[in-house]
Amino acid sequence: MDAFWIILTGSLVALNGALLGSFLLLRRMSLVGDAISHAVLPGIVVAYLFTASLTSPFLLVGAALTGLAATWIIETLNQKARLQHDAAIGLTFTLLFAIGVILVASFAGQIDLDMDCVLYGEIAYVPLDTITLASGIGMGPKQVWTLGIVFVGLIILLLTGYRGLSLTTFDAGYAAALGFNTSFWHYALMGAVSLSTVAAFESVGAILVVAFLVGPAATAFLLTRSLKWMLLIASAVGIASAISGYYLALWLDGSISGAMALMTGVIFALAFVWQMVVKR
Amino acid sequence: MIQHVDNPIIEVHDLTVSYDKKPVLWNVDFTIPAGALVGIIGPNGAGKSTLIKAMMGLLPLSSGYTELFGKKLNDVRKRVSYVPQRESVDWDFPASVMDIALMGRYGQRGLFNRITAEDRSIARQALEEVHMLEFANRQIGQLSGGQQQRVFLARALAQQADLYFMDEPFAGVDAATEGAIIELLKELKSQGKTILVVHHDLQSAADYFDWIVLLNTRLVASGPVKEVLTPTLLQETYGGKLSLLAQVGDIASSKGVGTRE
Amino acid sequence: MNSLSQFLSLSDANVRYVVIGCVLLGISSGLMGVYTLLRKRALIGDAIAHAVLPGICIAFMLSGVRNTWVLFAGAVVTGSLAVYLVDLITRRSRLKPDAAIALVLSVFFGAGILLLTIIQSSGNAAQSGLDKFLFGKAAAMLPEDLWLFGVVLLLVVLVLLTGYKDFKLLAFDKGYAQSQGIPVKALEMVLSTLTVLTVATGIQAVGVVLMSSLLIAPAAASRYWTHRLSGMLILSAILATLGAYIGAFISYTKPGMPTGPWIVVVLSCITLASMLLAPNQGVIARYLQRRKHRNKILQENILKAFFHLGEKKNNQALAFGMEVLRQQRDMPVARLKSGLRQLVRQGSLLDTNEGYQLTRSGLEAATRVVRLHRLWELYLSRHLNIAPDHVHEDAEGIEHLITPELERELELLLDSPGIDPHDSQIPYTQKDRNR
Repeated sequence: MDAFWIILTGSLVALNGALLGSFLLLRRMSLVGDAISHAVLPGIVVAYLFTASLTSPFLLVGAALTGLAATWIIETLNQKARLQHDAAIGLTFTLLFAIGVILVASFAGQIDLDMDCVLYGEIAYVPLDTITLASGIGMGPKQVWTLGIVFVGLIILLLTGYRGLSLTTFDAGYAAALGFNTSFWHYALMGAVSLSTVAAFESVGAILVVAFLVGPAATAFLLTRSLKWMLLIASAVGIASAISGYYLALWLDGSISGAMALMTGVIFALAFVWQMVVKR
Repeated sequence: MIQHVDNPIIEVHDLTVSYDKKPVLWNVDFTIPAGALVGIIGPNGAGKSTLIKAMMGLLPLSSGYTELFGKKLNDVRKRVSYVPQRESVDWDFPASVMDIALMGRYGQRGLFNRITAEDRSIARQALEEVHMLEFANRQIGQLSGGQQQRVFLARALAQQADLYFMDEPFAGVDAATEGAIIELLKELKSQGKTILVVHHDLQSAADYFDWIVLLNTRLVASGPVKEVLTPTLLQETYGGKLSLLAQVGDIASSKGVGTRE
Repeated sequence: MNSLSQFLSLSDANVRYVVIGCVLLGISSGLMGVYTLLRKRALIGDAIAHAVLPGICIAFMLSGVRNTWVLFAGAVVTGSLAVYLVDLITRRSRLKPDAAIALVLSVFFGAGILLLTIIQSSGNAAQSGLDKFLFGKAAAMLPEDLWLFGVVLLLVVLVLLTGYKDFKLLAFDKGYAQSQGIPVKALEMVLSTLTVLTVATGIQAVGVVLMSSLLIAPAAASRYWTHRLSGMLILSAILATLGAYIGAFISYTKPGMPTGPWIVVVLSCITLASMLLAPNQGVIARYLQRRKHRNKILQENILKAFFHLGEKKNNQALAFGMEVLRQQRDMPVARLKSGLRQLVRQGSLLDTNEGYQLTRSGLEAATRVVRLHRLWELYLSRHLNIAPDHVHEDAEGIEHLITPELERELELLLDSPGIDPHDSQIPYTQKDRNR
């Protein structure tokens, strides 16, 4: 049963990453996704100071705001201080992440959070932290619920915002000429990325989540030229990475989330070689 | 030679646009009659694309305004269609030709309402007009440059607008596509639509357009093609930038203050 | 304070190692950072840093010992592999560089975490001390580490000095370098290799997760102070050393605290301070310059109002009160008052009983602004074909920008005109005529 919950948790992280990562990739913002995932750490630590874990949706959103703030800081450094874009990204996320690590080390005795969790999460312990109703009925792990709710939210966002996201991604100038608010869609996407990285934090940590944001989307991008198929293939690749990663970690006796991240890369490598062979 | 018209469909008034506080368009002021096929012509870096983008409200203005149909852009957006430069987007984007043509309907339909059968038939018709219907299901990454340009045109046609802004539609396309596009533009004109085209080839300008706007960071001329395409005015357009303008622009930029503060 | 003096006096052998280590690391990172920044490859450094983790783990697993040189070799191998893969993916697929970087970075890091946890579960993680590569541990530096840092620094300095001119061209204008027949590909390889070597040593102090900051922050900071490559290199090396040193000290006073985050915080503060404070390019300097210009506009607009009032009455020696001035040119009372005060202090205006009055120098300045305004109007209408009723607005802004050189150019071009497009005199004072 534990295996089921762990794989389900990994799959949900991967699904959220695959759906959002596809749009990040097409907008050439994969590295901004990387920056956001690092930058939410101080928000998460502060949230932990208030409560034992991220079960409160309020704190989830509060921590996610740190990610939005990071994108805003990057833009400000770029435009107001004229710092080149890649350097603005690098400077912002390293500073915020460093502050987060210092907070973790400073409050080591007071919060239920250590460096290992920051680095690769505690997906192995997910099945232990369950919700039990007053009547005594077990509802399954908390993490699955958190990630599941975020996933449902993403599906709603995609169903209603599919056209807005794809139009502003493909041709922002044309979208603006039609009178649509392109920065609304930008921040909607960034907010969703922040929220899902925070939700994934307890399972896979702040860094490995990037693999789920980029790997499945990049694989799907090589395999199809249709956006709908790209989203579907990325989702499937994400789930496949979660399953294969789990058993790889079991076999090697190592970090489950690390193995899942590695598997996104392995599947990408297969797709990459395949497309090189086909092109010839 | 700046000829103003009564009841213009486009009125550009005292338009100044700056990048990084340095004006790239100075005090541009002209009017365009309805039903004209207009070429915006000038050397590289003259601000032709900037002018179109500024008119479409895509760039902040340092001064001036544009009126279309005698109104502000926001009141008439559905009657205006914009064709950006082909290179401005990434054609590796995973979408089919039909997907792009349908984007032309988003403006009329809104982003949250269903795309109807009517929208699809309008998009199909637009593709037919640019001879791309047979490629409707082709992925856009597999198109030639000319075909990509036709898809962009189809998207604009699907808007069923009355006024068209086109940024370099002839850049990097084959002769057949160029011919097809100009036929289409003339057809649109005969339906009473007005079309503005950024164009860089002087040779063909006289054949293609009936109204010309000559631009080189400032407006050199605007008027009927015969009166504008004269050696004197062309010399003035292509004879290099006015050094005084450029120098003042540089000072404004280096002081970080702009020219209109 | 005790720990500070202990740290500064270098009495403790461990402290000596840390300080020397920081200096060696800081210089090589500061130098290489400038080139990665100028070549817009700042985030490749991040990918390299994350990618050295699996290399270190594999080297440890194969050798079974925690030997500086062995781990370094492993780091260099996977770091270089990462650079190669980013290049390969962008060349041979539709993926863009940013996606390739993010992909390589996260997958290599995932592999590194997997290997690290395998080593930990096999039980000899304690003696391996590999976890210090994650967030850095400057205090754990050994003499053999310092030898390694020294060798890398020597290599970096020697190569950069030998090819200084070519690297400079490459950093500022790759296209031109190519056209000059410089072997761009080979030089880029050299720079990438040096970056990998630098990163593979820097992680000792900063850790793989935050190493990119040691490359980006000092280089970015130095760019605000100078545009000269040599200046940037020297300043960046100094700042990186300083950041590493202070960060190491802070974590030295707090046992259990990793070094990397503190180095990053210190470096980021240095960069942010540079951003704000640097002359010319700093945010504050640019703000002050803008404010100064706005003030100049205010003063000149008031002077112009005096000139116009005097022009109407045909007498520039009259005094005017605030009300009359505001009727001539509407502006907020507070602004007007402050402008008048400044002009009196400068000796451009006299504060008399009947009001304010232009002095001789004030009249000269006022005449000049009006002259520039009318010259520009004439220029616009003659050379830009702009209708006379459209030229005023633009001249209102430009009159404050024109330098004496440009004024002379204008006069020459317009052939010393007497009348502007609105049939007003273009005014000159006696002093101007004598010029």
